[in-house]
Amino acid sequence: MALQSLDIKARSATTTQSPAARKTTEVAKLIDISKCIGCKACQAACMEWNDLRDDIGHNVGVYDNPHDLSDQSWTVMRFSEVEVEQGRLEWLIRKDGCMHCADPGCLKACPSPGAIVQYSNGIVDFHEENCIGCGYCITGCPFNIPRISKKDHKAYKCTLCSDRVGVGLEPACVKTCPTGAIVFGSKADMIHHAEGRITDLKERGYSNAALYDPKGVGGTHVMYVLQHGDKPELYANLPKDPGISPLVGLWKGVTKPLMNLGLGLAVFAGFFHYVTAGPKEVEEEEKTD
Amino acid sequence: MSKPIQRYTARERSNHWVVAIAFILAGLSGLALFHPAFFFLTNLFGGGPWTRILHPFIGVVMFLFFMAMAARFWRFNHFTAADRQWMARIGDVIRNRDQGLPEIGKYNAGQKYLFWTMVVSIPLLLLSGIVIWQPWFAPYFPIWLLRAAVVVHALTAWIMILGIIVHVYAAIWVKGSVRAMTRGTVSEAWAKHHHRAWYREMTGK
Ligand code: SF4
Ligand code: SF4
Repeated sequence: MALQSLDIKARSATTTQSPAARKTTEVAKLIDISKCIGCKACQAACMEWNDLRDDIGHNVGVYDNPHDLSDQSWTVMRFSEVEVEQGRLEWLIRKDGCMHCADPGCLKACPSPGAIVQYSNGIVDFHEENCIGCGYCITGCPFNIPRISKKDHKAYKCTLCSDRVGVGLEPACVKTCPTGAIVFGSKADMIHHAEGRITDLKERGYSNAALYDPKGVGGTHVMYVLQHGDKPELYANLPKDPGISPLVGLWKGVTKPLMNLGLGLAVFAGFFHYVTAGPKEVEEEEKTD
Repeated sequence: MSKPIQRYTARERSNHWVVAIAFILAGLSGLALFHPAFFFLTNLFGGGPWTRILHPFIGVVMFLFFMAMAARFWRFNHFTAADRQWMARIGDVIRNRDQGLPEIGKYNAGQKYLFWTMVVSIPLLLLSGIVIWQPWFAPYFPIWLLRAAVVVHALTAWIMILGIIVHVYAAIWVKGSVRAMTRGTVSEAWAKHHHRAWYREMTGK
């Protein structure tokens, strides 16, 4: 919901500048996977703050519960059991949800003006009152995040608690995390904080520990500290080098204005042909009518 | 005083106009979602969500009636040697220099190209449209296919709209053509001038 209507950096399906008089600090949420114990307190806090209740699902033999993101579950802990080194089992638990991309594919793909906005603080927010339920955002997102409600056919996802952040609070998941695995602040501070964590992890034998802030989407406003930074796929298929699909780029890039131009030119060509070459009339026709 | 020649029966005309009306509605609602410059067109359909809901159903109507129409007109649309000669002189046709053009049948090469463009694009639009049809079908397809389908759908629709712009203009440009689809008949002079082989077939002259 629009609490920050003057802080808009980008707005879906809008070709003019959005109100951008105010410039706010770029924020970020940092999720340190090495500190996460998988307690799902953040999931509960998300439901609580946003007043969401998913349907009771079925146990399919994994710890992920609910099994997937939905219009009611904006964040889900994804549990991966991996053996990075022979004989050394690791349980990697990744808090999945919207990454709040600096270059959001969802926003680029959306055809409805103002259904998706990006605030100057970096949060990407869906304004469901403008959503038409076309699902284009799904094709645009490199992280498989937006979900269309089966009830109202609107798209939903994590808001990074834009309503809390707008009044100076941290997101609900951050507030509740008992181990301090989720922290929130300015993006610069979070990168700095991550560097400390990565040095620490490297000292403890995780030589590939790294920050996940993928450049392919211009960086994200939800970042991870990964113990195995060289293999993000280990973490429930976190993409190594995410980017907006070239097909979506083709579909939403320069092609469309050019296609509009083509249609306009065709109509003009017809009109000018008529006023120059003139209609094709059959001479004898007059006497037949 | 010559008698008008029957070109389209009442059934053929109705079929054509169902397709035409569906095309206009599908085209306007599709353009609305194609580019923000056209988003205002959603107002014609009762807003954004209604546009999203109605567009695919209109598309299916267009597909079904187009297929019926294509089946009727299929056999008149095979290319012939005369069509190739006609096409070689397309520059003269456009400049209204029609003297000495080859005798052609019910349709000229331009009309035939349009026919085959539609025969290819409309089923492609249907198939790609089903893949991205929310909420009914899209959730069952993998994301790579959705991404490909949105591109195919937009591109095919664009080609089709261009084709229809040419089609409509040709009907305005070539005087005496519109009545073929509104009243079903053309003048003898029109038939003799533009489609002489067909004229001979119809009149035995
Ligand atoms: S479903 Fe809603 S938010 Fe997603 S692209 Fe369509 S209008 Fe935009
Ligand atoms: S992760 Fe997906 S839904 Fe979130 S901002 Fe990026 S593209 Fe949009």
